[in-house]
Amino acid sequence: MKIGFLSVVLLFVATFALSVSAQIKVVNFKNFKPLLEKNNDTTYVINFWATWCAPCVKELPDFESINQQFKDKKFKMLLVSLDFRKSFETRLIPFVEQNKLKAEVLLLHEPDGNSWIDLVDTNWSGAIPATLIYNKDFRVFHEGGYTYQELNSIITNNLKP
Amino acid sequence: MKMTISLFLILFTAFSANSQGYKVGDNAEDFKLLNVDGKYVQMADYEDAKGFIVIFTCNHCPYSVAYEDRINLLDRRFSQEGYPVIAVNPNDSLIQPQDSYSKMIVRAREKSFSFPYLLDASQEVFKTYGATRTPHVYILNKENKELVVRYIGAIDNNYEDGGAATEKYVESAIENLKMGELPEPDFTKAIGCTIKVKKS
Repeated sequence: MKIGFLSVVLLFVATFALSVSAQIKVVNFKNFKPLLEKNNDTTYVINFWATWCAPCVKELPDFESINQQFKDKKFKMLLVSLDFRKSFETRLIPFVEQNKLKAEVLLLHEPDGNSWIDLVDTNWSGAIPATLIYNKDFRVFHEGGYTYQELNSIITNNLKP
Repeated sequence: MKMTISLFLILFTAFSANSQGYKVGDNAEDFKLLNVDGKYVQMADYEDAKGFIVIFTCNHCPYSVAYEDRINLLDRRFSQEGYPVIAVNPNDSLIQPQDSYSKMIVRAREKSFSFPYLLDASQEVFKTYGATRTPHVYILNKENKELVVRYIGAIDNNYEDGGAATEKYVESAIENLKMGELPEPDFTKAIGCTIKVKKS
């Protein structure tokens, strides 16, 4: 009986873990790059972060609020984690679960930063947090944190009807 | 005369504070910072050095941690050839307590750092150099008694696994300088942790 119960619990936990990991894609830069170049009415917010980056983690709740606020508009948020590939299961997935992140999370695995940082924005030194906000008529990149107010006003001013 | 010099210094300081830090080819300033052994270190103390591998790094940042062993190897190899490593922690420990001076001492001992590990307590050095992240390397070459910046950027092109790196930027740059050639590339980027600046 005890074993039966344990199996059910284990099965439940495993299914849950699988479902979360299924939601988080691991991409290389080649597969990620098209997401920086969409040419449509949607406004994209692409935040580069990592679970170990304290200022990144601090601003995530504001990004989550913004995502909830605009999710029914022409709006798409991507939280692009730069965590190490080896901490995908041990850190990233537990972090996303514990913090109940609703915005889409990706793990960008491309250790040769010099080959792709300039392709996101030439003004980016490589420090995180960093955020790109764009649509077909507008593009702003910022290295450093954003406040809720800053995000809200940039998005509100540029969102397509 | 003294007035003129002070005025010049003030102007120079104001100018450098506004600039984006050093670019390759600029002359770098020496600094005098507290090492983990309790003594102050300045580059002028290294009379026989041909140059320096200055690395802004810290305790807490996983990218810095991933490179600790590689930094030790760089120093062991290149200090004998005239290019010692000097590591500088630019972070404010009120924001990131793991980067405090006492924790730097512990880390240097644990990892048997063969190089000085200095604290940029006033946070002026990293600003003058223009470092934005950890780890962030500046290779300086002694030329006509000046310290000329000859490379800015990453250590190699694979933070996760040094063995898998296909470009070892710092090693190649030093090899170039030893042969009297300019490094190519002389500027690279990498993902790193932001420098934690004191709240004013």
